[in-house]
Amino acid sequence: MIAETGLAMLWLAATLAALQLFLAWVTVARGNDGAARLMHPVALLQGALTAGAFALLITLFLRSDMSVLLVAENSHSMKPFIYKFAGTWGNHEGSLLLWVTVMSVAGTAVALFERGLDRATHFATLGAQAAISLGFYAFLLFASNPFARLNPPAPDGRGLNPLLQDPGLAFHPPTLYLGYVGLSVAFSFAVGALLTRQVNARFARAMRPWVLVAWMFLTLGITAGSYWAYYSLGWGGWWFWDPTENASLMPWLAATALFHSISVLAARDALRAWTIMLSVVAFAMSMIGTFLVRSGILTSVHAFAVDPTRGAFLLALLAIYIGGSLLLFGLRIGTVNEGTRFDPVSREAFLVINNLLLSVILGLVLIGTLYPLLTEMMGVKVSVGPPYFNMIVGPIALILMLLLVIGPLARWRRDHLRSLLRKTIPAIGLALLVLVAVKLIVGARIGVMPLLGLTAAAGVALASIMPLFGRNLRRTPLFTWGMVIAHLGCAVSLAGMASDSAFVTEKLVAARPGTTIDVGGWKVEFRQVMPIAGPNWTAMDATMAVSRNGSEPVLMHPQARFFSNPPTPTTESAQLTAWDGQLYLVLGDELGDGRWQLRLWWKPFVTLIWAGGALIALGGGLALVGRVGRGWLRARARGRIHAEEVLA
Amino acid sequence: MAVTTAPARRGLKAKHQRLILVLLALAAMIGAVLLAMSALKDQAAYFYYPSEALAAHVEPGRAVRIGGMVVPGSIKRQPDGVTIRFTLSDGKAQLPATFSGIVPDLFHEGSGATAEGAFDASGTFHATDLLAKHDERYMPREMGGLHYDEKTHKLVAAAK
Repeated sequence: MIAETGLAMLWLAATLAALQLFLAWVTVARGNDGAARLMHPVALLQGALTAGAFALLITLFLRSDMSVLLVAENSHSMKPFIYKFAGTWGNHEGSLLLWVTVMSVAGTAVALFERGLDRATHFATLGAQAAISLGFYAFLLFASNPFARLNPPAPDGRGLNPLLQDPGLAFHPPTLYLGYVGLSVAFSFAVGALLTRQVNARFARAMRPWVLVAWMFLTLGITAGSYWAYYSLGWGGWWFWDPTENASLMPWLAATALFHSISVLAARDALRAWTIMLSVVAFAMSMIGTFLVRSGILTSVHAFAVDPTRGAFLLALLAIYIGGSLLLFGLRIGTVNEGTRFDPVSREAFLVINNLLLSVILGLVLIGTLYPLLTEMMGVKVSVGPPYFNMIVGPIALILMLLLVIGPLARWRRDHLRSLLRKTIPAIGLALLVLVAVKLIVGARIGVMPLLGLTAAAGVALASIMPLFGRNLRRTPLFTWGMVIAHLGCAVSLAGMASDSAFVTEKLVAARPGTTIDVGGWKVEFRQVMPIAGPNWTAMDATMAVSRNGSEPVLMHPQARFFSNPPTPTTESAQLTAWDGQLYLVLGDELGDGRWQLRLWWKPFVTLIWAGGALIALGGGLALVGRVGRGWLRARARGRIHAEEVLA
Repeated sequence: MAVTTAPARRGLKAKHQRLILVLLALAAMIGAVLLAMSALKDQAAYFYYPSEALAAHVEPGRAVRIGGMVVPGSIKRQPDGVTIRFTLSDGKAQLPATFSGIVPDLFHEGSGATAEGAFDASGTFHATDLLAKHDERYMPREMGGLHYDEKTHKLVAAAK
């Protein structure tokens, strides 16, 4: 009964989405106010029904109900609790239901909490959100039903891909989806504002918190995914320019550009058309990412099943929504007036350059990601990997960092180049100092890019906190703190990346138990290898005692695991985090003569990469709280004035 | 005088400004495409089956990917314990290859693999990365639809 109830709830929710679209049309196009009262209950019920359906699917997974096809194909009764739970979205149908749930709950939130828009634009936005949701309900119900039954029931399930059996599964997909789908809200806002011709600063202020939420979760999701890949693959790398990674990076780049341009629109009423365009592009990138990852066009751990109809369905949705919104953009953009003018030397101008650079990086990543797919259609098989992306993205990212030193110090509307440059002297000075110091200490062993990376990181770190100088810190608004912390996060992350590629030491050896290996100042004593068993796996477990400078040894346990359902070997690397970096050990194969392959890395300050990512997301969170808080105070002040007027 | 002309000037300028911004965006995008194309020409790694790689005379040092089956009995471990020599085959030609590192869990003789690396002057392929099957359902993307026939030692199209 649970599965049938879940399916019925989804159909009902889809019907309500259609009703929501109709209500929006009646209210906005027809000016019929009678229907408006229904909007809130309809949006609320729609969100509640999908959330309920998702909860039912989780219940089915927790109960290991093998009469449900999805559970039988992707779960196993012997799986630990957390993977039964998180395994709900470790497959195509479940992850799509998560997507739809996030999308309709976000729609509910827009219906209930958005107060900044005039009603027509608000309703047009809700109509747009319902229209997108409808497409995904159709995809879910016609091409990816998560509640399909299996008759007769399977004796037990096929199990979850062991690579996914990791705590990361509980965190990475939901945060990433909140980000991906959050961008659908930005898209709906843009469509709504185009429909009612209300592209202005007020619209930008209303839209900004939603974009910030999406961007914050996207940042968290990418950071979590990067760390997950780093420790679970056992390759020691944290970013592989895999198409599935690019699929999450592209919406992030677009969203980053978007909320910078939104702040121009909100503060200065400029960049109207550009902001609308970016909203469309950001959601287009979410959908392209989903298409690339889920259609099976790329083979990876993210592509759950190769099914051409699903790919075609997603492509059709992409064409309809993006094509439709671009058409609307083309028809309406002539009616959007030019925004306010600004000087070539001003905060706005620097934000424009920021946007251009981010767009260029986005374009380069998109081309590099799609190129192999395009050539394959013409019969030439190529792969585009790190050499292309590092060569091309690295230098532009460094220019962006240089911009980050100057931009936040510039005044809105007009600034003087000379006084602006004077303000950047401390940061540039520190950067040059670091450049010289690193070059003197390390010498020729460091590559150009890591050296410039460290230099830029130092400069950006100082420049990012400079907007706080000369201010009363307690009275500095929260969103300024947010900006400072997010920019500081960029510097921290960059320092980690540069330090890892410049100073990493790596050893690859075949060693017998009892041997001690030196790597990066650490002594790694290889003690023994023992077979051990977990809940649904067995493993060869190595004991390594590591120490440096004669400190008390710490035990580390890299493993080679073997999962039984489905039968798959995996590598479980071991990390030891110190204040100045991470020791990373991998156990390889046993050789016939009693030796084991070992791979060891000492990665100085590598953890800064993800700490920086977390700081960037935290900055987004502070900015969000600051903006929403200020909006709320303003609304309350307006309410008080209104009340006084009534009393008078 | 200044008061009356200011709004007119500003309106004109705002229009100009939009034009300049559009042109800048266009220039940036065109620049990105050109940059990407020139970089792709140098940096895209071509994928070959062993017979194609031999026919194409891939220049030493150029990054390419070779996809094939690891010939049964060909994996030879070197005395250092971490280097292997093996042979990749597509049924038409065989290619000697080496790899230093921990081989992926599912890399074994008779299974499909994609090796990323470059040839040396003697024609041996030095793999820097090995991509093996993730599970029964997985094949390196470029090798979709092929599987290894145990009897004939050939790559054949998989039965649908």
